[in-house]
Amino acid sequence: MGARAAPKPIGRGRGVDIGDLLFEWMCRGAGILVLLLLGGIIVTLFIGALPAFREFGLGFLTSTDWNPVEGRENYGGAVAIFGTVASAILAIVFSVPVAFGIAFFLTELAPEWLRRPVGTAIELLAAVPSIIYGMWGLFVVVPFVQMHIQLALGDYLTAIPLLGFLFESRFFAGTSLFTAAIVLAIMILPFIAATMRDVFLQVPPVYKESAYGLGATRWEVVKGVVLPYTRISVVGGIMLGLGRALGETMAVTFVIGNANRMPQSLFDPSTTIASIVAMEFPESLMGSLKQSALFALGFLLFVISFLVLAASRYLLRSRLKA
Amino acid sequence: MSSTTFQPETRGVVRRSPALASRRKMVDLTVKWLCMAATLIGLFFLASIMLTLLWRGLVALDWTVLTEEFRPTRYGDDTAPKGGLVHAIIGSLIQTAIGTAIGTPIGLLVGTYLSEYARGSVLGNVLRFVSDVLLSAPSILIGLFIYQLVVLPMGGFSGIAGALALAIIVIPVVVRTTEDMLQLIPNTLREAVIGLGAPKWKMITLVCYKAAASGILTGILLAVARIAGETAPLLLTSFGNNVTSFDLTRAMASLPIAIYQQANSGFPDLIQIAWSGALLITLGVLAINIIARAVLRGRN
Repeated sequence: MGARAAPKPIGRGRGVDIGDLLFEWMCRGAGILVLLLLGGIIVTLFIGALPAFREFGLGFLTSTDWNPVEGRENYGGAVAIFGTVASAILAIVFSVPVAFGIAFFLTELAPEWLRRPVGTAIELLAAVPSIIYGMWGLFVVVPFVQMHIQLALGDYLTAIPLLGFLFESRFFAGTSLFTAAIVLAIMILPFIAATMRDVFLQVPPVYKESAYGLGATRWEVVKGVVLPYTRISVVGGIMLGLGRALGETMAVTFVIGNANRMPQSLFDPSTTIASIVAMEFPESLMGSLKQSALFALGFLLFVISFLVLAASRYLLRSRLKA
Repeated sequence: MSSTTFQPETRGVVRRSPALASRRKMVDLTVKWLCMAATLIGLFFLASIMLTLLWRGLVALDWTVLTEEFRPTRYGDDTAPKGGLVHAIIGSLIQTAIGTAIGTPIGLLVGTYLSEYARGSVLGNVLRFVSDVLLSAPSILIGLFIYQLVVLPMGGFSGIAGALALAIIVIPVVVRTTEDMLQLIPNTLREAVIGLGAPKWKMITLVCYKAAASGILTGILLAVARIAGETAPLLLTSFGNNVTSFDLTRAMASLPIAIYQQANSGFPDLIQIAWSGALLITLGVLAINIIARAVLRGRN
């Protein structure tokens, strides 16, 4: 019996209690069920995706077509895949400096009485449902990007040689890759900030005190002691944010513009895997090729986010052990 | 600021190079201000979301929102009766309740297994990893999974499919907190119970669960808060409905989906109703979160 491998020799009285056996197997059964769930998700996504993979092969990854007209059906995932990765990476770029600032503030700068309320407020950002971010994004962030950011940046940054095209767009609705990245950045901010704060707190005080004793400033202590000590976990926290951003659905659906066209600039509308599935799946016919193409995109999203989240978990393992 | 420039605490460095010392001070001060700014940015967004919700949500929040079902837009016809969200609130309560009822026991057992039976074992480590990945996995994929597993065989969208999708989201949240909370229980307590001759399952169910009760409750509350606002998986499973339905085998409305549909309708009156729904759901979710934290803190 595998149960005998349990490290703690407690609970072994006279013979085996039938209740013990039953309870342990209930627990183990629930565990196996969770493993089956993950396996089931992979398998069902793949089965759903098979017809599309058969039809389009590897070209599915590179084709930007999305034509649901009967007889000329042709589906490619390139736009959604690109939009997913681009919006998530852009969100990380926006989010990480702010998250670092918050973590630094909460661990080194803030007075003791301020740490808990501010920390809680930032954590509450993670509790706000994504549909709320979507609505707020659509009615607050989108007009702001449209009226202020896009025009302002458009005026100055399009003049930059080579990179100017990133800011030059013929779309002025405010729904764009850029807007999606902003909203995503706010959504993943609490996850990254909380992870960073937790790992910063794990640096042994002696290390920091020695640096302070040598006359280092607070920034020098963070740069020279805290960050080197925690950098693996910090990267893990960033990967966690990336994993979240890749799969975020509702908030992105509201603000990205849902255009299945390769974006030519940051301010062009685009789409992501999650939002194209949310938009098009409910209205697609059961068992249609389109549905299968959406399953194929879902399968790809699963693979990408699984890898990112697994990497995050691996990098954060030292934190989890502590 | 001049005093900091001319009388720094770092004497050794200063004697050699006052310029260097003042530059280090400047850098430190700049970073300090930037970090404060970053924190303010984070708080600003929370405040902006909450104020927008209150501002726009309170305008439309009245009794009809809570008592009436969906009605088409009154746009251009002010005499038409106002609609509400009661169908969606009922649907959300049903699906959230069933989802929590299914997911919690499974999550509890898995958390128990990880903490009490599988410390350090291979199955335990794999399970902990899988549960953590599920915790952050894109929820829309869980919708696709349930679509294949339940919606296709049943031939249509259904409330039970929505509840099952939510249950899958509940499990990893409960697993995480249950394991963490059971690990906090000192081993001496376990040894004392075993020493009295109790079998292990009684030790876990009668003593450990009791000792960790507030922590486990926190986990359940957090899970409820999480699924109450879930939209994406419901879109592919229970789909939404414009009337009150208690039939679990048919499409069922839910608050997040009603918000989603009405916010995108383009009609000002429906958008207003969506805002009041958004206010309701956010206040509910944040209240549950704050209660969960209070429960946990009251324990320590």
